[in-house]
Amino acid sequence: MSHADVAVAMPMSRSRPKNKGAHVSTLPMVVPSVGLLLIFSLVPLAATVYFSFLRYNLLNPLVGGFAGFRNYYYLFRDPALYHSLLISVLLVGEVLVITIASAAVLASLFQKQFPGRSIARVLMISPFFVMPTVSALIWKNLLMHPVNGFIAWITRSLGFGVIDFFADWPLTSVVVIASWQWMPFAFLILLTALQSLDEETREAADLDGAGPFSIFFHIEVPHMGRAISVVTMMETIFLLGIFAEIYVTTSGGPGDATTNLTFLIYQHALLEFNVGGASAAGVIAIILANILATVMVRIVGKGLDV
Amino acid sequence: MNQRARYHPVAGTAAWIVALLMFFPIFWMVLASFKPEIEAIATPPELIFSPTLENYQTILERADYLSFAFNSIFISVGATALAIALAVPAAYAMAFYPSKRTRGTLLWMLSTKMLPSVGVLVPIYLFAKDLDLLDTRTLLIVMYMLMNLPIVVWMLFTFFKEMPKAIIEATRIDGASQWQTMVWVLLPLVLPGIASTALLNIILCWNEAFWSLNLTAHDAAPLTAFIASFSAPQGLFWAKLSAASTLAIAPIVVFGWFSQRQLVSGLTFGAVK
Repeated sequence: MSHADVAVAMPMSRSRPKNKGAHVSTLPMVVPSVGLLLIFSLVPLAATVYFSFLRYNLLNPLVGGFAGFRNYYYLFRDPALYHSLLISVLLVGEVLVITIASAAVLASLFQKQFPGRSIARVLMISPFFVMPTVSALIWKNLLMHPVNGFIAWITRSLGFGVIDFFADWPLTSVVVIASWQWMPFAFLILLTALQSLDEETREAADLDGAGPFSIFFHIEVPHMGRAISVVTMMETIFLLGIFAEIYVTTSGGPGDATTNLTFLIYQHALLEFNVGGASAAGVIAIILANILATVMVRIVGKGLDV
Repeated sequence: MNQRARYHPVAGTAAWIVALLMFFPIFWMVLASFKPEIEAIATPPELIFSPTLENYQTILERADYLSFAFNSIFISVGATALAIALAVPAAYAMAFYPSKRTRGTLLWMLSTKMLPSVGVLVPIYLFAKDLDLLDTRTLLIVMYMLMNLPIVVWMLFTFFKEMPKAIIEATRIDGASQWQTMVWVLLPLVLPGIASTALLNIILCWNEAFWSLNLTAHDAAPLTAFIASFSAPQGLFWAKLSAASTLAIAPIVVFGWFSQRQLVSGLTFGAVK
């Protein structure tokens, strides 16, 4: 790995570090991970861009050659692309709001003393350890099934009739499953942040007559600010690529009601074997992810003391 | 401290209710795995039933659970060990010898995590095919290592960052080399941080379903593939599916329970000052 390669990895600054001695001796420490990641992100990216300009269908070896911008043309004319973008944004946005709001309240509850707190905390974070395929199966078959599901039994007993979740509320159902999985993660990080809150601050507010609500909104929430931006970024990373939950429960349907961008590319690539089209959609996804990443990283980076 | 020692009945009750609700789906699945097939789909749900191990027997006869479980453990631990070995020097250098481009590098690494896996699935698949790596544990270890490297570097960076710089200077004055300082002085100090990074990484690897489903077939298939092989629509075999699911998540959930204290203490991502 030459010095030039590393320079590419760090486009943010061209100036040399102040400490020349340190520069020479730490380079071999940074290069392995940065270099590998660079190769890993650039080589497949280049290949994806290349494929996106080809007529390339795994089912039809007779069709081949250069396609120009045709793959992109068809993609941009297809309303499915815009719809899938909307679904991606809705999915990420809704899950973020639900998980962070509830995790903040729960973190506030869990840093108070009560009997069995550590057991309750273990129960609370357990969903995070469950693999997405399994949690999707639990919700789909055991809880949300319109005939035999547990929730159907409750709504029927209460006289509300039966809700066919994945037919009538497909996106909401996926949001519920994803929130169930990611709330514990947000909870863990916010709880850790809250535990570092100076106890005297809270007591002082208490003595001054601040109620639990004003303590929560004026002391605890501001204290969790950095942690909330970290959670936002981490969850966005994982929720943008959400796949297994959709694959298991709705397969993107009914219609295209739960087809996010990830699932759309999957459909092109592995169901239609249209490598060219899928790669074009992949390029779009990568460009969008980069825009989003830049915005996110700006927000979170502000709090990141480097 | 004596102020804090008093119990908060309202907060405690609310916390317990939410905790039980959150855990209910898992509890319900484990319960269903011990029910006979008919009772598993019965409404109203039967709380009193004669527990059976028949579902587990069927599952274990139909699939080689131990082979899937071994793959999951081997791949998760392998990928985590590799990622940490690569990330420790990088995080150390970034935390103690920051240059103007350190911040940019770190943020760039994180932004690569946002690239959608499906976007690069096709080239990765074709490369793996050409290199004869499809359906090998090596491939998944490398993929998972690369996939989580940014998060591992970031977490370790925040731990190194909290170490006092004076330690480094003292050891340098005593004539220790860069590597000696890192391995003998700092590594023991950040060991709790490394442990919690490793725990999170193992959990993420264990539960990863996209690459494992698309890049493995049989030999290297981990537990995510084990579950996928049972979830094909073939009639209502919920009790058996629940048994398979329980088998797939039991190791990692129990592991998570025992290590949660460690995990909690480390999941700050530098957000706590």
